[in-house]
Amino acid sequence: MARTLEIRWHGRGGQGAKTAALLLADVAFKTGRYVQGFPEYGPERMGAPITAYNRISDNPIRVHSNIYTPELVVVVDETLLHSVNVTSGLSENGAVIVNTKETADEIRPMLRGYKGKIFTVDAREISVKALGKYFPNSPMLAAAVAVSKVMDKEEFLSEMRASYQHKFAKKPEVIEGNMKALEMTFDALEK
Amino acid sequence: MARRDRMSGNEAVSYAICQINPDVMPAFPITPSTEIPQMVSNYIANGQMDTEFIPVESEHSSMSAAIGAEAAGCRSLTATSSAGLALMWEELLLAASNRMPLALALVNRTLSGPININCDHSDGMGARDTGWIQIYAENNQEAYDNFIQAYPIAEDARVHLPIMICQDGFITSHAVENIELLETEDVKNFVGEYEPEEFLLNPGKPIAVGPYSVVSYAMEAKKNQEDALEASKEVILEVAKKFEAMSGRSYGLFEEYRMEDAEYAMVIIGSAAGTAKEAVDLLREQGKKVGLLKIRVFRPFPEKEIANALSGCKAVAIMDRCESYNGNCGPLGMEIPAGLYRNKVFLESVNYIYGLSGRDFTVEDAKGVFLEIEDMVVNGTEVKQHRYIGLRK
Repeated sequence: MARTLEIRWHGRGGQGAKTAALLLADVAFKTGRYVQGFPEYGPERMGAPITAYNRISDNPIRVHSNIYTPELVVVVDETLLHSVNVTSGLSENGAVIVNTKETADEIRPMLRGYKGKIFTVDAREISVKALGKYFPNSPMLAAAVAVSKVMDKEEFLSEMRASYQHKFAKKPEVIEGNMKALEMTFDALEK
Repeated sequence: MARRDRMSGNEAVSYAICQINPDVMPAFPITPSTEIPQMVSNYIANGQMDTEFIPVESEHSSMSAAIGAEAAGCRSLTATSSAGLALMWEELLLAASNRMPLALALVNRTLSGPININCDHSDGMGARDTGWIQIYAENNQEAYDNFIQAYPIAEDARVHLPIMICQDGFITSHAVENIELLETEDVKNFVGEYEPEEFLLNPGKPIAVGPYSVVSYAMEAKKNQEDALEASKEVILEVAKKFEAMSGRSYGLFEEYRMEDAEYAMVIIGSAAGTAKEAVDLLREQGKKVGLLKIRVFRPFPEKEIANALSGCKAVAIMDRCESYNGNCGPLGMEIPAGLYRNKVFLESVNYIYGLSGRDFTVEDAKGVFLEIEDMVVNGTEVKQHRYIGLRK
């Protein structure tokens, strides 16, 4: 991969979009890549729209601006489709992933004329089944990796297990659930 | 041996502080520098360092306590941003004039108002004439490397001045990027133990700190302080040489990027320099002779060296992430042309104000600036000398 993969995350404060972007930077780093993971900050409050970004490259990354022409957009909260133009600048050769129960065809009319690929992931169903609670960021992180193919599935899962073991050292009971959520997301997207 | 890792700018500076293990750190939290005292507290709680951490009630107090600790003979530091630095104003001048070689991790954020937490350089630039050495960083790596060089510069007998290690709030401080870390033992050897020649808690050699000075001596103290700031330039370069021998990473007073045959140059500070380098490469591919000069050391201001580096150019874009409210230009917009004039280098210049209060600065913005100054020279197009970019239309 000679070019830089640019990803934009849309979520709401408290849903973990920023954490997902930082985790993606983390696993991509472990596979030997140059990475950037950064949030765009405004007034911090639960539920407010937030944006986070990733750049992933085989070469050092110097650009420190926000991302305006991403190849991949991840929408962690579908209610944002009403208020935020999530596909702004998104390449028609790229893709958008939306966390929703709806199908891609049902979501397309909400995307303001966007003609590229749409993937939908029911992160609520996956998260509740795998973890017993609604945390959309693990399924959406897996979806970002599955769709961008930025790394191999097995490599991703093994690095994520190590990350979770570190992150949840004090509550190891959630590690298996999160791993299950990642795998279920890959399965759902491979269908 | 270097270790490859990934860290935010705040994590990187906190880790450098942990490796150096200074004696005293008083701090009061303010966004976006809050993580630094928070992470240092964690390192202390985990037994990775034994710095005396003093939680205080304001930045006026954190700088006062840092000065007190330094005067007593300790190696001290604090961290802050924005209004926190503004509240330290009186103490900043005391730290410098009392020749206290303490360090301040400044995470640049705009000053109010409107109230805003994002990056610009108005806090650091506001303190540019307080007598501190100021070093700015493009990314997490430079913030880390600069902090490791801070004490060897500040504590040198020729200098004895406080030092501000600056990085861009959020853009650098909160972005996770790749970094190469040094081994703690190498950092400790590089920075060394602090052995002040004179200090308050030394009954064998009593001194006074901060006394009244009568008219017959006060002006000499000011001149000595200015001489020390001038002398620091040489020390900064010496320390950079030693740092390069250890790390393989080279630093100067500023970085020249593709300046060899550049006709159109941009002078810029901080994280936006990386973005502008991308623009330089894209324009070079089109055959445009453009280059970039990134200022690392803003105080002391290396005007002679900058004038020399720009002497072959036809025009320079001077980029300020700060307004001076003087009706004419920003801080760099004042210093660069004055330096060029004093060194008899005469070329066209435009002062651009960009990125205030977190306004984004893109590769396209940087390309536009280069093309505009080229157009000014080639076609004689009139360009306003004090110009804002990135404003809403």
